[in-house]
Amino acid sequence: MKKIKTTAGFMGTSEQKEKLIAMIAEHKDIKGSIMPILQKAQEIYGYLPLEVQQIISDETGVSMSEIYGIVTFYSQFVLNPKGEIAISVCMGTACYVKGAKDILDRISANIGIKPGETSKDGRYSLDATRCIGACGLAPVFLVNEDVYGRIEKPEDVDDILKKYTES
Amino acid sequence: MIKLTLNGAWINMKNINELTALRDKFKNSIAIRTGDTAAANGEKHVLVCGGTGCHSSGCNAILKKLKESLKTHGLEDKIKVVVTGCHGLCALGPLIITHPDEIFYELVEPDDIEEIVTKHLIGGEPVLRKVYHEAIVDGKLISFHETDFFKYQHKISLKNCGIIDPECIEEYIARDGYQALAKALTTMTPLEVIDMVKASGIRGRGGAGFLTGRKWAYAYLTDSDKKYVVCNADEGDPGAFMDRSILEGDPHAVIEAMAIAGYAIKADEGFVYVRAEYPIAVNRFEIALKQARDFGLLGTDIFGTGFNFDINIRLGAGAFVCGEETALLTSIEGHRGEPRPRPPFPAIKGLFGKPTILNNVETFACIPPVILNGPEWLSKLGTENSTGTKVFALGGKIKNIGLVEVPMGTTLRTVAEQVGGGIPNGKAFKAAQTGGPSGGCIPAELFDIPIDFDNLLSIGSMMGSGGMIIMDEDNCMVDIARYFLDFTVEESCGKCTPCRIGTQRMMEILENITEGRGEVGDLEKLEELGEHIKASSLCGLGMTAPNPILSTIKYFRHEYETHINDKKCASGVCKALFQYVINEKCIGCTICKRACPTDAICGEVKKPHFIMQEKCVKCGVCHDKCKFSAINIG
Repeated sequence: MKKIKTTAGFMGTSEQKEKLIAMIAEHKDIKGSIMPILQKAQEIYGYLPLEVQQIISDETGVSMSEIYGIVTFYSQFVLNPKGEIAISVCMGTACYVKGAKDILDRISANIGIKPGETSKDGRYSLDATRCIGACGLAPVFLVNEDVYGRIEKPEDVDDILKKYTES
Repeated sequence: MIKLTLNGAWINMKNINELTALRDKFKNSIAIRTGDTAAANGEKHVLVCGGTGCHSSGCNAILKKLKESLKTHGLEDKIKVVVTGCHGLCALGPLIITHPDEIFYELVEPDDIEEIVTKHLIGGEPVLRKVYHEAIVDGKLISFHETDFFKYQHKISLKNCGIIDPECIEEYIARDGYQALAKALTTMTPLEVIDMVKASGIRGRGGAGFLTGRKWAYAYLTDSDKKYVVCNADEGDPGAFMDRSILEGDPHAVIEAMAIAGYAIKADEGFVYVRAEYPIAVNRFEIALKQARDFGLLGTDIFGTGFNFDINIRLGAGAFVCGEETALLTSIEGHRGEPRPRPPFPAIKGLFGKPTILNNVETFACIPPVILNGPEWLSKLGTENSTGTKVFALGGKIKNIGLVEVPMGTTLRTVAEQVGGGIPNGKAFKAAQTGGPSGGCIPAELFDIPIDFDNLLSIGSMMGSGGMIIMDEDNCMVDIARYFLDFTVEESCGKCTPCRIGTQRMMEILENITEGRGEVGDLEKLEELGEHIKASSLCGLGMTAPNPILSTIKYFRHEYETHINDKKCASGVCKALFQYVINEKCIGCTICKRACPTDAICGEVKKPHFIMQEKCVKCGVCHDKCKFSAINIG
């Protein structure tokens, strides 16, 4: 599994840290709780930079190497924050056979970043995701929470993206 | 001790009579939705599908509009609106069904609601233009149960999906819910439960098809102070969504079955490991767990029998390998989800080192009806060694994309042509892919084989979790094989060498072939590597990873050979291996020239056009735009 290293600077607040430490205290005595702790930590920060992993390691006594190992193993855990405009293109089989790759390429060319990256200014992020289960609407992509399905041809994404880039 | 909650339901039921009384109280309101017009007594229900498919296509807007409209007409107390789980026809969502007259509406938009309310619900005349198009034959309305999509289906795992409100435990109880748990706890010994599951012949629906009863028996026979029941809801196969639909549409069935399993193997704790990507399923399951606890159907001293059982939810974090049982257990324990060698099998030494049974969501959903109706009820359906039904997630180049449940032994042709409605745009069937990245491609010549666990294995595919992707003549089989291998290469956890490195080497050979660098002998290398990886990998992921390649080489060898020898991709998918050419049918209409994003087409009006290959990016726009079939893939 390929992981891109964190590029953005850490800007965690003291409220976030308090929340994190309280959450860890609540969970750490449950068997096998490191996964739920990481999931909740990602809910608080939006991603899991080394700074956050270090706090979790200190509070739970689980070594950094173990935590880093878990974070980089699971694709849900991310080392980069999501962009303000987060785009994900479904690469499930149904979407793939209906041309999802062309849609991904078109979007990538359009906003100038590769899949898996967040743009330097933090405005855009682009992901190629596993099947999101909306196969009936294939091919499908998401911008933030909005679902765009039954995309007939790659060019159709241009107008959809305009709605976000111009706002 | 009977207590009353705000909505008038009992909680903390201590015996089966209380459960039965509750069932009888709500029975009529559900009977309306199963074709019992007598039960309706003037009452009307409108069911809005709230499955993920319909959610994505906008069912919430429909629901809001429907409630507003009913309120405006003063009908909010007379017509009951119910949000249900998935009906199966995801491609035609948002869906609405009215009862008791059973009118099935497709592709409903918010603007259609007012008409449906005034003309149909008030005026009694269905809005034909929005009725499911298959349910209108020669201008006449037929019951949607008689349409091809529904009539070949037999619902066991999905029996409540699309009928009950999954967030209302009373509706599940009204459909004989928790009766099986009550029967097992109060009238059967754990061994009798296991024997009944064994006699039903049910095999694991998650992929490998191991006999469920036998698995339970192993765990029962292992002595331990603590045992676990685990439900595998980490549905990772791209294109499969049956587990999600069951959790979303009928979560209590899984809870009830897990409790029955707990009683059978003497476990008091369960875990459900569900994909974090399924927020609706997780939410509905959490609601169901709370209700079951409130009603005393989970917790301590269930039905006053002294049996204790409760369930925890653990969210997956997006690793395909965690669908493999030992990797899933390692993940629940809080580690990287890497598989461990078997034996010892989880039934002997599983979660936290204790005996554990692991079953898939769909398998669990079959258990309560088996306990309630006896083993023959299931074993009379299906084939000799694969009893009951199987849910398939139909996808790809097929009209009725969605979820279907058919008896084992139904042919692929029936599923694809009748239930699935065939291929759109009059294209020809080429293959069906079953079992996701672990399965294989089945060519159209073998479409008359009855689908069951053993038949699929014998033709080089497998049941897997039930994803079924239909492919037509436009799909390149080499590219499909590459796609699935790309998936397993990325998802390989890296623990064992054959899977980690072997699949990578296969991938490189396949990439060479699809990019025009294939060499004679590549196919033999792929076959040899594939057999070695199958034989020597640690877990199911590696053992099955070569299947998509081996099966496509077996059935579509000529396609690979054209890629390697002639450096051509006849389907026009592998971009390095074809070019678009304009033929003599071109009349010079200039549509393609104007559509081309890279200005690669030249030519004057009313004169044949020409594609400059060095500029062409093979996007295919010209090919799709041409109205005269003047652009060939060559």
